[in-house]
Amino acid sequence: MIAAGNPDVKTARRPREGGRRFPLHWVGALPFLIYVALFLLLPTAIVVVGAFVGKAGPSLSNITDLNQQFVLNAFVSSLLISTASAVVGAVTGALLAYAVATGNPRGVLRRVVSSACGVLAQFGGVTLAFAFIATIGSVGFIRLWLQERGLDIYANGVWLTELPGLVLVYTYFQIPLMVLVFLPALDGIRPQWREATESLGGGTWHYWRYVAGPLLAPAFLGATLLLFANAFSAYATAAALISQGNPIVPIAISNFLTSETGRNNPGLAQALALGMVVIVAIVMTLYALLQRRTSRWLR
Amino acid sequence: MTTTVAAAAVGTATRAGVEVRLENLQRRYAGVTALDGLSLTMAPGELVALLGPSGCGKTTALRLVAGLEQADSGRVVVGGEDVTGQPTNKRDVGMVFQAYSLFPHLTAWQNVAFGLQMRKVDARQRRQRAGEMLELVGLSGFADRFAHQLSGGQQQRVALARALAIQPKVLLLDEPLSALDAKVRARLRDEIRRVQLEVGITTLFVSHDQEEALAIADRVGVMHSGRIEQLGPPTTIYSRPATPFVAEFVGLTNRLPGVVRGGEVDVRGSRLPLVQPDTADGPAIALVRPEAVSVASGGETAAAPLVGTVIATAFLGATSRVTIDLGDITVLAQLPTSEATALPAGTRVRIAIRADPVLISRDEAAPERA
Amino acid sequence: MTRARRLRLRVFRVIVLVLGGAFFLVPIGAMFEFSTRGNRVGAPRTLEAWTTIVTYPDLLGAIRDSLGLATITSVGMLVLLLPTMIWVRLRLPRLKRTIEFLCLLPLTIPAIVLVVGLSPVYRWMAINLVDTIFLLSFAYLILVLPFAYRALDAGLSAIDVKTLSEAARSLGAGWGTVMFRVIAPNMASALLNACLLSVALVLGEFTFANLLSYLNLQVEIFQLGLANAGTSIAVSVASLMFAFILLVILSFFGRPRKRVAPERTGLPYPIAAAGPR
Repeated sequence: MIAAGNPDVKTARRPREGGRRFPLHWVGALPFLIYVALFLLLPTAIVVVGAFVGKAGPSLSNITDLNQQFVLNAFVSSLLISTASAVVGAVTGALLAYAVATGNPRGVLRRVVSSACGVLAQFGGVTLAFAFIATIGSVGFIRLWLQERGLDIYANGVWLTELPGLVLVYTYFQIPLMVLVFLPALDGIRPQWREATESLGGGTWHYWRYVAGPLLAPAFLGATLLLFANAFSAYATAAALISQGNPIVPIAISNFLTSETGRNNPGLAQALALGMVVIVAIVMTLYALLQRRTSRWLR
Repeated sequence: MTTTVAAAAVGTATRAGVEVRLENLQRRYAGVTALDGLSLTMAPGELVALLGPSGCGKTTALRLVAGLEQADSGRVVVGGEDVTGQPTNKRDVGMVFQAYSLFPHLTAWQNVAFGLQMRKVDARQRRQRAGEMLELVGLSGFADRFAHQLSGGQQQRVALARALAIQPKVLLLDEPLSALDAKVRARLRDEIRRVQLEVGITTLFVSHDQEEALAIADRVGVMHSGRIEQLGPPTTIYSRPATPFVAEFVGLTNRLPGVVRGGEVDVRGSRLPLVQPDTADGPAIALVRPEAVSVASGGETAAAPLVGTVIATAFLGATSRVTIDLGDITVLAQLPTSEATALPAGTRVRIAIRADPVLISRDEAAPERA
Repeated sequence: MTRARRLRLRVFRVIVLVLGGAFFLVPIGAMFEFSTRGNRVGAPRTLEAWTTIVTYPDLLGAIRDSLGLATITSVGMLVLLLPTMIWVRLRLPRLKRTIEFLCLLPLTIPAIVLVVGLSPVYRWMAINLVDTIFLLSFAYLILVLPFAYRALDAGLSAIDVKTLSEAARSLGAGWGTVMFRVIAPNMASALLNACLLSVALVLGEFTFANLLSYLNLQVEIFQLGLANAGTSIAVSVASLMFAFILLVILSFFGRPRKRVAPERTGLPYPIAAAGPR
């Protein structure tokens, strides 16, 4: 009885399990995959494909349309402010991170600064634009205060709503981001390396030139690239702050996207968006490569 | 093969060892005394190990010699020259750290050549000398590896080669073995000693591991609360500890309650001579090495002060350590393994304590019944 | 370290920290200052800009809508992401990298690019389904994915999901019980983190709403700014403070116990990047 029953159970089970096991596993992940396909992958595909579709089927007209003066100007402006804000943010942020890293690793200062940076790096958009308008706008607090003392920061025009102003405002979130990204790298620097340098006859200059500098360079460069991508992708702050006329790429895209401006051109918007994706992808790949090197040296 | 090649390399590395003197060094941090008047004279080419528990000041002493910290008072004299005020990078000290001190962005040979680069030695010579030094520590095949491609033991060898490449006057070893596992540790310890003897450099070695310190050093200084409690050859430190602290820190020690009477201590009826016979009478703890305890299983085993039961035996190789329960205390005895195997747990035994001079400790002497 | 060097370092730190502190605090202080100004030059301080907030029904509506969006997005995020992540850990470990990659992908795609791609999708939804501001939640869920993923992943890594679920299953629990009564309670702080991050992100979102022509809080603040700068800045300050409080709570409480190793993710982006800008 028992001997006869056992093989029965086995043969009865095997096909059923083999049959349902594989699909049921995957069904669990399906809702998520479908959602991401619809709202993340599909839009990305729409941009990529749309960039190569003209009014009558596949065409390169959108891409060739990129070769217009104002489009090129927009890219140049975007690259300029992204580079400037990334470099300023990286240098200042690195100094700030160093000031924090040389303190007590479990101290109050460190905790407060990293929390503040976590919050400030998220800060952006309309609120940030307004904060700077309230500070150094034409009736801003600091602007008026300086004016009373005979110092006109707008002697040559209101630059806050121009590209230089955008660079300044961007540094407000770039610096904290730099602190967050660079602090772990600084923590990876071991005090023994400085002591070893000194015992081998090197001074402060040698330490920075031959040890700390080369060790931190990939992390610093990588962080700068990250900041670049961060600024390059930003739209809301610029939209709330900048005056028309000298747009950066995201604003140019929004102009082609909304019909109010009368220049509605989704195809060109998609081509511009594709351009942004390509640039960000290149930058982020470089970042990932540098990050890999950093993680090997400074763990 | 290594000896001849190494000897050739040493020819360029050697610099006659110099005398190193630490004179009455004091160092306090925010109210805590790290060094309390430490003095030590190291003969040329000598290897002195500073041994002690963490916080005893041994690392501070080493860092003062390196110039990585400044003494509040006292002097460091290297080869007759007072270097107390000199910064580290002018002192000509070679230093090996606990771990992770190799520059991770440089290969092994570049690490070794680093100090020569600081000294503006030209590139060809740097490369050549780095090769020689790597050969000296037995790593010639690893010149182009990065730190993360080397094992912990290999990293420390490179660190040693790097420290020696600059022909320093003193070699400072700051617990260089503590991050390694036991087997590698013993091998590298002997390797460090071999290289040190070949180069003939005066060396200060800091460790919290007594076995390591006793095995490697010409002389051992046992440190406690910022001072050297006892300084002497390893055998002396082990067999004739000068203070209770040394006796208890170095090796295993039985703490046996007893009473001091007329220059002797009475432990459960055994009278043992004292290291310091002028000790005042009264209750005390006698510190007795396990080797001084012998065990006999035959004869009278009725209840008596020195009769008890074997409760455990730990096999250590040629010798074994037997734990005997005497009722109110337990005693460790170290015996040849052949004798210990005849005493399984549960055996009634009688112990005897060899009448070597013993040290006594009085800090816990109060609750005494004998 | 020599005493001279220690002193130099100290001076350097004080200078950098004071200047940095000033740079970050002054604009926020200036917003307070601006929002309490009188109408005329030399007029006394007034809270008029703050009290008039309630007189703008559009603004109140936008606040309500944004809070609604934040709630829907948080709930949707938990419903979509948490079971998937647990399931992948338990039964589909092969898929972990893929899920991680997909979740972190929105960090590298600029928001404006997503808007370009999503605008036909939204046009279709508005025509064929319903046209309501709450449709934005679909896009916001994508925006919060990276942050929610990191928070939840940290929470899941801190507990032994597999053992917990096997123990519960051996005691007769079904998959629903395992997820909601065994695993979720053990990662409460991670859930809170993920939700707070989502709320903070949604309340600060401008790009999607503005370009898809919905009036959420930030868009309303922006438009109000053209008419009444004082009040719009007052609302800005209020929303900012709200977000700050959320994020400060988060940064003090919900420190992930284990950091996601950057080289594993393929997209080594820090959690802070890509806020509502």
